[in-house]
Amino acid sequence: MSTAEKAFKPDPAYLVQVRHLKQYFPVSTGFLRTVMLKAVDDVSFNIKRGTTLGLVGESGCGKTTVGRSMLQLYKPTAGEIWFDGRRIDSKDSLQEFRRRAQMVFQDPYSSLNPRMTVADIVAEPIDVHRLCASKKEREDRVRQLMSLVGLNTEHATRYAHEFSGGQRQRIGIARALASKPEFIVCDEPVSALDVSIQAQVINMLEDLQSRLGLTYLFIAHDISVVKHISNRIAVMYLGHMMEMAPANELTRHPLHPYTVSLMSAVPVPDPEQSRRQQRIVLEGDVPSPLKVPSGCPFRTRCSRAIKDCASSCPAMREVAPSHYVACHQV
Amino acid sequence: MNLLNVKDLHTSFFTPAGEVKAVNGLSFSLDEGKVLGIVGESGSGKSVTAYSILQILTSPGRIVSGSIQLRGEELVGKTDEEMRKIRGNKISIIFQDPMTSLNPTFTIGNQLREAILLHTSRNREQAHARAVEMLKLVGISEPEKRMHQYAYELSGGMRQRVMIAMALACEPDILIADEPTTALDVTIQAQILELMLKLQKELGMAIIMITHDMGVIASVCDEVIVMYAGSVCERGTTDAIFYHPKHEYTKGLMRSIPDMNDDDKTRLVPITGTPIDLLHVPPGCPFAPRCDRAMKICLKEKPKEYWVGHDHLSACWMNVREGRCFTERPDEGVAE
Repeated sequence: MSTAEKAFKPDPAYLVQVRHLKQYFPVSTGFLRTVMLKAVDDVSFNIKRGTTLGLVGESGCGKTTVGRSMLQLYKPTAGEIWFDGRRIDSKDSLQEFRRRAQMVFQDPYSSLNPRMTVADIVAEPIDVHRLCASKKEREDRVRQLMSLVGLNTEHATRYAHEFSGGQRQRIGIARALASKPEFIVCDEPVSALDVSIQAQVINMLEDLQSRLGLTYLFIAHDISVVKHISNRIAVMYLGHMMEMAPANELTRHPLHPYTVSLMSAVPVPDPEQSRRQQRIVLEGDVPSPLKVPSGCPFRTRCSRAIKDCASSCPAMREVAPSHYVACHQV
Repeated sequence: MNLLNVKDLHTSFFTPAGEVKAVNGLSFSLDEGKVLGIVGESGSGKSVTAYSILQILTSPGRIVSGSIQLRGEELVGKTDEEMRKIRGNKISIIFQDPMTSLNPTFTIGNQLREAILLHTSRNREQAHARAVEMLKLVGISEPEKRMHQYAYELSGGMRQRVMIAMALACEPDILIADEPTTALDVTIQAQILELMLKLQKELGMAIIMITHDMGVIASVCDEVIVMYAGSVCERGTTDAIFYHPKHEYTKGLMRSIPDMNDDDKTRLVPITGTPIDLLHVPPGCPFAPRCDRAMKICLKEKPKEYWVGHDHLSACWMNVREGRCFTERPDEGVAE
C-alpha cells in the first residue's frame, strides 16, 4: 500500500465512506474444488449526512451484499468502511457502530421472530446495547417508538402474525430505530408490500429521515421508488459499480450503456409515454457470478463493446459534476 | 360474438372461518386478438378470476354462480373431462413462478411434447418437431439441446419462455398470463413482454394479463379491469382508465405510485388504512372504509356498474351523485 493510501483522511461531510469493498464467498463446485464468488468486487462510495443513496441493480448484482458487508454482517474480504470519521475494524469500534447503524429487511414475515411480542421485538436493540436503565423506561421507549411509526401502542403485547404486511414492516422499522441509529440500511423495504401500502411506508421513511436526521442506504430494484426517495443513485451489475449520479441526473441522462437499457426497460404507468418509449431490449441473461466476463462485466450484453472492454475493467471516472461512470466508451 | 363472455361470476372459498367471496359479481367480455389487463392488489380476486375461467380452483374454492362463455359455449358446469379438452388447447395459462410450474424431474422436451400429444393428432416425431419449432419461436437458442435439459439448468427468463412455448404449442384462442414477469428482473421483463406481444400479433390470440404493476398494464394492454376485494371498480380502454379514472380506488392507486418524470420528489398520496379482511367485507362498496370521499350510501349499498364513457364502466357512487354516468352505453365521442 502506498503512503498516499495510508494517509486517507475521512471527509467530515460524509457519514459513511466505503473504500474498495470486496466481498468474496467460497463456493464448492465439486470434490475438493472451490471457486470464489465475487459478490462485490471493488466498490467505493460515500454517503453524505442526512441523505439517501439508492442502490439499484438486478438480482444477483450484489446490492444486498454491499449493505450486509457494510454493517459487518459478513466480514469483508478487503476494503475499508469509515463511519463518522472512524474506521470500522476493531471489536471496540464495531460495538459502537452496531448501535449507530441498523438495518430494515425486505421480508416483513421472516424478519420478525414469531415467538416474540411486538414490544420485545422492538426492544431487542435496547436490551442488547443496555440503553434503558429501568423496566419503566424501556416500556416508555417502546411505546414512543411504536407511535413514531404509526402503530397502535395498545398492540405492544401482540405477536407479529396478528399484523398485516405493512404493519409488520413498521414493526421492523421501529426495531431499527430503537438504538437511535444515525444510519439505516433499507434492503428492499417496500418490495413485498402492495402499491397502496408502499406509499405509506415510503412517506414514513421520508418523515423519519427529516425528523431524526437519518442517513439511508436504500436498496431496491424498483427504479421509480428509488428515484423518489434517493438523493443519489448507484447502479450495480455483477458485483461492480457501473454508474453513480444525483437521482434526477441518473434517470434523465444515464450514460453507462447498462443504465441506459435499465432505464428504458422500466414500464411507465402512462400508455401514451409507453407507446413512444424506445425500449432497448438487452439480449440474453446476466452471466453467472461464478464466471464474470473479463474486463467490463457488462461487455457480453453491451451493444457498444469494443476490444478494450474485454482486456481491462474500466474504472469509475467523474464525467460530469458528481456523475461517475465506469465505461471505456463514455 | 365475443370470444369470451363472463357474466356475474361469483367464486367463493368456503373456509372453516367462513365464506370468502374472492370474486364477487364480475362481468366482462374479451374480443379476439385483444390484450385485457386485470389489475389489483393481493386479495383482489384477479388470480381467482383466471382460475375460475379454467376451473382449476383448489378446494375449498368453487364457482357459486355466474356464466363463462367461450365463443358462446358455456364453461360453467362442464365436467372435468370436458374442461381438460379446453385447458391448454383453447385457453392456456402461464404462472408467476416458472420454476415451480415446470416439473423438475422431466426434461423440457418431454413436458413440451406431452402438451402437444395430448391435444393434437400429431405422432411422437411430429410432436418433437413442433416442440423444437415452439422453442425457436420463443427465442430460445439451441432448441435441440434445450429439449434434453431440465428446468434447473435454465435461467428464470428462459424458463418463462419455455412456459410460453408450452402454453402456445396448441395455438390457443386465449392466453392467460398470471403475473408472468413479477419474478423477473426489469431487463428480462422487457424481453418477455416484447415476446408476448410479438407472438400475440403473429398468432392472433387474445391475452388476459393479470398483474399488480400499472406500468406493465400501460405498456401492453388494450383494455383494463381494476379490481378491489373481489369486485370490479372500473373497466374500460387503457387510455380511459389511465387518463380519466372514474373510481376513487383507481385514482388513489395512481397517486400512490412514484412518478419517474417528477424531479421534485412530490410527496406521495397513499391510500389510508389497511387492506380489507375478505372474511368481513362491508355491505356497501368494499373500498368505502378506505375512501376519503365515502358518503353514507357507500357504506350501505354496493354501487352498480354504470357507463361513464363509450368504452368505460365504473362502480362508484360518486359518479351517480355528480351525474357523470349513463344507464345506456353512450355514443362514441361523449366527453369524459
